[in-house]
Amino acid sequence: MPTLVVEDLHVNVEGKPILRGVDLELERGQVHALMGRNGSGKSTLALALAGHPNYQVTRGRALLDGVDLLALTPFHRARQGLFLAMQHPPEVEGVSLREFLRLACSERGQGFCEFHKHYPSAVAKLAMEGLDSRGLNVGFSGGEKKRSELLQLYLLRPKVALLDEPDSGVDVDALRLIAGAIRDLAQSGTAVLIITHYPRILDHVPPQSVFVLEDGRVAERGGYELAHRIAEEGFEEVLR
Amino acid sequence: MSDRVATARLSRAFVEALSREKNEPDWMLEHRLRCLELFEKLPMPRFGPDLSELDFSDLAYYARPVAPVRSLEELPEEIRRTFQALRLPEAEQKALAGLGAQVDSEVVYRSLLEKVRAQGVIFASMDQAVRDYPWIREYFMKVIPPEDNKFAALHGAVWSGGTFIWIPPGVEVAVPLQSYYRMQTERVGQFEHTLIIAEPGSSVHYIEGCSAPRYTRAALHSGMVEIIAKEGAKVRFTTIQNWSKNVYNLNNKRAWVYAEAAVDWVSGSLGSKVTMLYPTSVLLGPGASTENLSFTFAQEGMWLDAGARAIHKAPHTTSRLVSRSVVQGSGVSVFRGTIRVEEPARGAKAHMECSTLLLSPQARSETIPLLRTETDDVEVGHEATVGRVSQEQLFYLMSRGLDESQALSLIVNGFVSPILKEIPLEYAVELRGLLEMSFEKAVG
Repeated sequence: MPTLVVEDLHVNVEGKPILRGVDLELERGQVHALMGRNGSGKSTLALALAGHPNYQVTRGRALLDGVDLLALTPFHRARQGLFLAMQHPPEVEGVSLREFLRLACSERGQGFCEFHKHYPSAVAKLAMEGLDSRGLNVGFSGGEKKRSELLQLYLLRPKVALLDEPDSGVDVDALRLIAGAIRDLAQSGTAVLIITHYPRILDHVPPQSVFVLEDGRVAERGGYELAHRIAEEGFEEVLR
Repeated sequence: MSDRVATARLSRAFVEALSREKNEPDWMLEHRLRCLELFEKLPMPRFGPDLSELDFSDLAYYARPVAPVRSLEELPEEIRRTFQALRLPEAEQKALAGLGAQVDSEVVYRSLLEKVRAQGVIFASMDQAVRDYPWIREYFMKVIPPEDNKFAALHGAVWSGGTFIWIPPGVEVAVPLQSYYRMQTERVGQFEHTLIIAEPGSSVHYIEGCSAPRYTRAALHSGMVEIIAKEGAKVRFTTIQNWSKNVYNLNNKRAWVYAEAAVDWVSGSLGSKVTMLYPTSVLLGPGASTENLSFTFAQEGMWLDAGARAIHKAPHTTSRLVSRSVVQGSGVSVFRGTIRVEEPARGAKAHMECSTLLLSPQARSETIPLLRTETDDVEVGHEATVGRVSQEQLFYLMSRGLDESQALSLIVNGFVSPILKEIPLEYAVELRGLLEMSFEKAVG
């Protein structure tokens, strides 16, 4: 039984239909990739699942371990175990990543001691030393923002992790750190969905399954080899 | 005597009786009567909030509901609870050099550590100080003369209570002195006078806390603070006011800052119906400096008109004015920042920075910066921002499992953190608590 089941999901943005019946399943402990051209609806799927108020679900279901996420507020979805690592996380002045994470972890039932046991090694793993006491995302470079998202993901240990372009704007070294954290996460049981239009990251985190989104629907699905075909032939050819 | 409430209307006879009751020297009676005449002549402020509902004939200009006590335990229940919430009894033992408490018009409690007293520090009620130290006459209302404005004149006529602090040359008081002001009686006027004289090379941190129970009729708080920081002295003055929403809080605060001296104002304004508060530093000697950190939280029905002024009169003086305002419901927040660099103040540096966060569509704010320089050899900077809590920020924090009020409170706490970290811990905790409480209400 998959951890996350999305069925016939339709989503409008400002009254305009963007998703037109998405079906996909994410399995516990597995890495999945969601690929597709710019504008195919990849980020819309992630934001709609997380409950962003600008994304109106007009039809469909999304079940996390049998619980209908779409009936819940964004924070209840998070407390059910959903996590979205954002493509462009906003800056929050005066709130340190450390303080914020301590609060978020305690909401998820992690005590003070548990948090402090995991925190230093997670910070070291993602090379976030020194950044975690500054304002959240304030003045972070593109790569630092991605690592900050990964650090949050790593400590909150969700059941389902959606990563919206975790590889955009990061250098090779940061990509390795990020890929390593994602592999760890999957090994510990999280169902991971990597959203990307560029297969490079998948060389570091080979996915078990690949979905290709086109025009608001999953147009193609397959294994890791599908990502290779896209890398070699391009979306145009694969979707033909 | 302990449960006595004495109230009176404003008149020449009242002022004379007040002075007599306090057993004051003649010069003070003369001063009061001159102030009363000025009060009657001077116009109401021509700027700022609407004061038309403030009825001078419907105020009690003197009230003494509580008799002096020798220990905090003897204070009335309600005040004791406030003190406990702020952990003042504990702070008095561990973290303060001295503590005073005033209820309405009179100081009812005062303590000072023996070792601080032995250093020659004076920490007295202003009434007592006027009787004990005739030389105070040279300082009293010299920094803010009664001609300055109508409320300064009113204060000069009817002032009662407050604090006198004198720090001898070279003495550094390591831990803060604190006073707590409570307005207890309905429609009372509280007019405490605070005078701090820091002799050359001395230093002191003074903290004021304020609160009042809520009544329907208006009450007036019009205190005055005068600070004289002599050569190389350092004075930090922190005020956290949480007046109830029937209080007009119209204050005068000003400091004279001599060569190489520093005066810092830290203000947290959380309560009152209307506040007008513009702590002013006059930088008189070379190398004098001032910082003014202000936090205001204007909630439903409140008008907080706050600001800061720095007047540079000598070379190489520096000022830094920083304000954070949070506005909720139909609240109004106005920041008036004045930096004036006069001709002799060559090499002066001045910086002003004010940011406002609006939490509701009806919330209003205005920033009125006034920068005037009479010399070219000066560095002046100014930044102002007004923003709302963005939906993206809220969604981001909520997507990590924080509920809406937690997310909002985190954003607001972050916004005010540059000021909050300068506020003494107990008050910062109270302040965060107040912010969180009001968000829970707002979010429901």
